Amino acid sequence: MTGAQPNRLPTGGRVDRSRPLGFRFDGNALQGFAGDTLASALIANDVQLVGRSFKLRRPRGIVGSGAEEPNAILQIGEGATAQPNLRATQVPLRDGLVARTTRGWPGVRFDVGAINDTFGRLLGAGFYYKTFMYPRAWWKLYEHAIRRSAGFGAAPTAPDPDCYEHMNAHCDVLVAGGGPAGLMAALTAAKSGARVILADEQNEFGGGLLACTDQVDGAPAAEWVAAVVDELGDCADCTLLPRSTVFGYHDHNFLTIAERCRDHPDGSADAFSATNRPAAGDDSTAGRQHDPRNGRTAKGPDDHPDSGAAAGHHQDTVQPVKERLWRIRARQVVLAQGSFERPLVFCNNDRPGVMLASAVSTWINRYAVLPGRRAVVFTNNDSAYRAALDLTEAGAEVAAVVDSRRGGAGELGRKALDLGIPVLQGHVVSDVAGRQRVSGASIARWAGDGWATVKPTMRIDCDLVVMSGGYSPAVHLHSQAGGQLDWDESQLGFLPAKSVQANVSAGAGNGKSSLAECLADGVRAGAETVSKLGLEPSPIEAPAAGNIDENPIEALWRVPAVRDADRCPKQFIDFQNDTSVADIKLAVREGYRNVEHVKRYTALGFGTDQGKLGNINGMAVLADILGKSIPEVGTTTFRPAYTPVSFGVGAGESVGELYEPVRKTAIHEWHEAAGAPMEVVGQWHRPWYFPRDGEDMHAAVARECLAVRNSVGIMDASTLGKIDAAGPDVVEFLERIYTHDVGLMKVGRCAYGIMLGEDGMLMDDGVMARRGEHRFYLTTTTGGAANVLDWLEKWLQTEWPELQVYLTSLTEHYSTIAVAGPHSRRVLDKLGCDIALDNESFPFMRMKPATLAGIPVTLFRVSFSGELAYEINIENSLALAMWEKLMDAGREFEITPYGTETMHVLRAEKGYVIVGQDTDGSVTPVDLGMNRLLSNEKDFLGKRSLRRPDCLREDRKQLVGLLSSDARTVLPEGTQLIDEAGSLARGHRRAKRPAWRGSQLGHRSREPIPMCGHVTSSYQSACLGHPIALALVAGGQSRKGATIHAALPGRDPLPVEIVAPVFYDAGGQRQHV
Amino acid sequence: MLLIDCPWCGSRAETEFSYGGEAGIVRPADPDALSDAEWADYLFNRTNPRGAHRELWNHAQGCRRWFGVERDTVTYRIARSFTLPDAAGAADGGVERDFETGDPTDAEPGDRR
Repeated sequence: MTGAQPNRLPTGGRVDRSRPLGFRFDGNALQGFAGDTLASALIANDVQLVGRSFKLRRPRGIVGSGAEEPNAILQIGEGATAQPNLRATQVPLRDGLVARTTRGWPGVRFDVGAINDTFGRLLGAGFYYKTFMYPRAWWKLYEHAIRRSAGFGAAPTAPDPDCYEHMNAHCDVLVAGGGPAGLMAALTAAKSGARVILADEQNEFGGGLLACTDQVDGAPAAEWVAAVVDELGDCADCTLLPRSTVFGYHDHNFLTIAERCRDHPDGSADAFSATNRPAAGDDSTAGRQHDPRNGRTAKGPDDHPDSGAAAGHHQDTVQPVKERLWRIRARQVVLAQGSFERPLVFCNNDRPGVMLASAVSTWINRYAVLPGRRAVVFTNNDSAYRAALDLTEAGAEVAAVVDSRRGGAGELGRKALDLGIPVLQGHVVSDVAGRQRVSGASIARWAGDGWATVKPTMRIDCDLVVMSGGYSPAVHLHSQAGGQLDWDESQLGFLPAKSVQANVSAGAGNGKSSLAECLADGVRAGAETVSKLGLEPSPIEAPAAGNIDENPIEALWRVPAVRDADRCPKQFIDFQNDTSVADIKLAVREGYRNVEHVKRYTALGFGTDQGKLGNINGMAVLADILGKSIPEVGTTTFRPAYTPVSFGVGAGESVGELYEPVRKTAIHEWHEAAGAPMEVVGQWHRPWYFPRDGEDMHAAVARECLAVRNSVGIMDASTLGKIDAAGPDVVEFLERIYTHDVGLMKVGRCAYGIMLGEDGMLMDDGVMARRGEHRFYLTTTTGGAANVLDWLEKWLQTEWPELQVYLTSLTEHYSTIAVAGPHSRRVLDKLGCDIALDNESFPFMRMKPATLAGIPVTLFRVSFSGELAYEINIENSLALAMWEKLMDAGREFEITPYGTETMHVLRAEKGYVIVGQDTDGSVTPVDLGMNRLLSNEKDFLGKRSLRRPDCLREDRKQLVGLLSSDARTVLPEGTQLIDEAGSLARGHRRAKRPAWRGSQLGHRSREPIPMCGHVTSSYQSACLGHPIALALVAGGQSRKGATIHAALPGRDPLPVEIVAPVFYDAGGQRQHV
Repeated sequence: MLLIDCPWCGSRAETEFSYGGEAGIVRPADPDALSDAEWADYLFNRTNPRGAHRELWNHAQGCRRWFGVERDTVTYRIARSFTLPDAAGAADGGVERDFETGDPTDAEPGDRR
């Protein structure tokens, strides 16, 4: 054996013994080789214990060798780049890798939580639901303890510094899985001229071929794989994606693949990436200039040394991509994901040292590690005999092959006997001894009677129990795609049946068991898909591979024990979630019948492995208990993701600055220079307020408000939605959209317009202006701009195509500067305006083209503050210059820039609503007191709904103003309003307790207090000197003068008076001067 | 993610489109003449079929045109896309495309699968 790796075989395997890699596991420095996975390196170092189970905290070891591994769920890396929930079997070993176990306190070897196992009988299915219900007040204590003990690992708390990306791709044929069937399917499709993507989750293509001793085409399987991969790499349009898991099969042949770009072993996989790289100057690669692999190979320090040098200057600036999400639209899909070996369900089958037969062969043949010295092999089918032969070949002793079938195995069985391996036919392993490591197996004779108890007849000492319960095709993607499954009684597995989307299954995933069958099935699948694409299938023949005579599998879903399932040591079905046969029996006893319900009650298949090992066994046991057939019970639903994917790859580039688009106005730089904090509204970054030295928001807003009321303020209103509506039928169209009489507006007039949904609820509002006989200028709210344009277009295109109207969004082409306050006219005059601005010539609610300071603009005399005000509409490129000229001209009036907060206060003082703040989609214009805007002369969208009985209710919530009785409390927005203070007032000392808790906590039975409304807007008004609020109150419009109460946290309800929603200049004179 | 055939732009991913609900809901010519129940029927009630469903889609991130799609609500297969009647009241019957290859087929427009 090799030095520090006691279980490493001296020869063989696909590891590079000349390249040792150091890594740490739970703080211990260990060594493996290039080509190892973390799991194989752990086995090489004789690490048996890799975790504790979720609920019972039982010690657990590595069971499988791939995606199905339920136990070796480790935390990889440290700090911000740490990754939880990784399967050691799928983590390529790299130098300096740091891994740790995630369960067990104080450590994985001695875990105080293991006491759960002692009392395991009390921790059956539904334990948490049943136990932690009462008393309710204690839930907080329970939750704390449960949350701390749940989960497999910890998410890093620092931002992920790594780089992820998304990539879209199209192909004719996507082949998922690069084993024998997938390779042949890809080769057939590619040689037939199809554009192919071949993805495989492992570092190397080959799948099971990398771990077998068979010959293909007269060569060792691995050599044949290398030749085929070379051939694929030479094909004109074949993209090879190793380290790439096809994890989702979505609608219309859209598939998602997670590529782990930096899971680069230092050694063996380089060749595959190299074949991926298109040769320079090759015409066929011209269209793939953006192929990320070209870039990637030139980016990373841990990538190819050969290409890294050529592009070394990139290394400082370009971070290598860690993971890449491929979003692929494939015309055809070949699913060749292979199959999963099933465990056998016997007592203590979860002990470290109990392994799948396929995994044992993989450890020996691919990784040259020997997981045990003396093994018992337990099987109900022929395949496990391979593991027995491999173990013997590698120098281990196989104490016995325990075969539940009385007929035993075929050719492989004879080989085992030839090697002198004892074979016990018609026997089962009924129990396993040993706690942190297997020390022996109890063997019993079995007559084939499912639930009968058995008496062990012998005990065999061993340090390894190899099990095989047969194979389940990996039908995950087929099922995700909506395909049906058929139960195959001879193979004892669900096979893919009718596809709903354009996909075919091939190989072991299609129920083929021998290598020769898999290779041939791959050729068939490849030819079938290219035929569907209208291509002539290339005449490729499947390579020759040995076919051996096997005896059929016989069902053994649950191994009988010395006592029945409730009282015998646990027989695990789902290792990760500690679901045992007894749990499923209990679920049935408690009334669960449907497999989906049993799954949720017992947590079967809930773990990160999603039941890849245990689900079929669980369904079979359930069927047995219910007296049904397995297909009658059926499977649970397969959903993406096939294996867990990282949050990083899901987010891709959309993090930090790229999380959401940022929209900036043409004047943005000025606002930033002025130190304004920004408020994000519909992706726009709008100045919130403009603090002067040392001012907080409150002080700044008060100053800004007073400036507008007493002198002049200036605001960037460019974010308002702006739509040009033109065409011969524009008046007719807008009459149907807006509630007021649009046709009565003369050219040059402005009007406040509202539009309703067909349900009569207020949708958006804004000032509109008639620019010409057949041309209108519409403004919308900042957040509603896109929706309103879509809404108008929908009616034009779907309902009224006969109307000739053309809509153009101007939002991002023009800036709007509002100049508001008593001195606003003087500021404009000072700049020099070519039109007369006095009230006679240019009265309120008019628009005119003008030249201001020599710059062409459109002037609107409109006001959102109630003051004399102008809005200047100007081309974006000139907006900043105009803003600066206005600031200059306004200096003598102390012109004051103001932000959205001041705008809100000013409009609230006037009772102007903000759609979406004071309304919520259940508010009609009548509720807002806007009856005068509703034309009686015409129909408009939503008009009929205003007569629906519900819209006529007198107790609808209506817009009112509120004044706090203490004249100083600014009510928090959202505050609930109640009619009677009553019981709340007396109880406020206990206000920390939620009101609904009252009845349980004693004192007296208290009814919930009905709310009669809520506060929608609330501010301190600087010019009035007291707080103001807008609110929606049931029947509020007829309750003016009434006192209701605001329920405030931690204090007595505050009496508030209902008033009209206009607090300032109720007559509206100030804007008409 | 659905692959939707815009009659003007061709097949595009679902993310480029927005959904507009059931097609063929005609706004009553004289809403005032309707009873509350009739108006509510127009406003709220939809066929919600299991199977073929004619619905409106808008190529929001593309040509911004509204058009119709016949989609199976069980399999999500899209049988065809069709344009809406234009000012002259004409609409094409939609291009019937093969689901798997995306090529136009010779089936009669309007055929339901």
